[in-house]
Amino acid sequence: MQRSHAQLSTPEMAMHAPQGGLLVAIKATLKRDLTLMLRRRGEVLNPLVFFALVITLFPIGISPDPELLASIAPGLFWVAALLAALLSLDSLFRSDYDDGSLEQLLLAPQPLAALGLAKVAVHWLLTGLPLALMAPLLGIMLSLPAGSYAVLALSLALGTASLSLIGAIGAALTVGLARGGVLLSLLVLPLYIPVLIFGAGAVQAAIFGEGIAAHLAILGALLALALMLAPWAIAASLRISING
Amino acid sequence: MSLCLQARQLACERDDRWLFEGLDLDIQSGEIVRIEGPNGSGKTTLLKILSGQLTDYRGELYWNGEPMRQAREHFLANLLYLGHAPGVKAGLSPLENLAWYQALSGEKGSEPAREAALAAVGLAGFEDVPAGQLSAGQQRRVALARLTLTPRALWVLDEPFTAIDRQGVAALEAQLVAHAQSGGCVLVTTHHALTESPVLRRIQLG
Repeated sequence: MQRSHAQLSTPEMAMHAPQGGLLVAIKATLKRDLTLMLRRRGEVLNPLVFFALVITLFPIGISPDPELLASIAPGLFWVAALLAALLSLDSLFRSDYDDGSLEQLLLAPQPLAALGLAKVAVHWLLTGLPLALMAPLLGIMLSLPAGSYAVLALSLALGTASLSLIGAIGAALTVGLARGGVLLSLLVLPLYIPVLIFGAGAVQAAIFGEGIAAHLAILGALLALALMLAPWAIAASLRISING
Repeated sequence: MSLCLQARQLACERDDRWLFEGLDLDIQSGEIVRIEGPNGSGKTTLLKILSGQLTDYRGELYWNGEPMRQAREHFLANLLYLGHAPGVKAGLSPLENLAWYQALSGEKGSEPAREAALAAVGLAGFEDVPAGQLSAGQQRRVALARLTLTPRALWVLDEPFTAIDRQGVAALEAQLVAHAQSGGCVLVTTHHALTESPVLRRIQLG
């Protein structure tokens, strides 16, 4: 009785129709993640320092012979970049999961795939892109031929974007696990192999003065594919993790 | 248009144990529905199911008469959920936290509105302090500021009184009643004794 009485006397509250504002949400998510990462500089610098250390130690550990170095440099750069990217992936969704903002992200009236893509973009901007920009400098230490620096940077920039996208799927799947790091590596490493092969192939071709267009085109195609499919996979993986 | 969230024959199993079975719920405008039950009786799980986060349950959910699957977008546009964890980023200031939440719902919002919402929950003067330096109760208040900032008809609140001081509890209770009386609807779990009110209804679990 009391309940129905309360209902009769209450005014009606306006309901919201689902509205747009996707761009506002994406922009705010980009800004938020960038601000957060730039306030935790140590975490941003970690993969970059790792990358620089590995590349610097190799000539010291193996041999300073330019010919030998030129032949191992492409693989070396790419393996180091791949591991550096992997190192930073585990924390991509972790802190959001821990403090409850991930469930808020899932309940936002916006497509989760787009918001996930914004988070991945920030990851690439702060790991993949700096790695690519740093690589030519480190290339001098491995005495790479002059013409190969641009290709090195370009292939890394393209490739690490794919690595971030693919890795984010693994990070989303393992975010609910207490120690997901090893599982994350096992999940995404097989998917990283094509990027590694064609990325290293591009740099090798540039060093030996062969055609690079095919390698770069395939890297671009891999990125396009990852851009199309990964956001949906990330969204689905996040929902699975939250359900678990 | 008044809102209406219905559950029919809702059942959820966790670790070979039924948390609840055959649960029928009708939640409508002008109500505060309090889910009660001992620890581990599935209150949080029920709230997560009713707010559309969990999908491994049996039974049907309806939003304004439509099956939840089809009405999900409309449902989310009218839902404000505050979970166990306040969802406040330690590295961002309260203002930045609120700005992101406003943007998530698709509105740019304005700085004065956010400042006013923070002042309303007693955080005036803490706008630019990193949330990590605030106390647990103050962090919870940052999350609660969203209640005033983003007008939503359906509030789903999981233990909103945690870590809040006595005056804060009284103010929040008054806010819940006011929301229900103005045609909104509140779904809440709490171990705190809520004052009897004609708009308050209880549902016992476990």
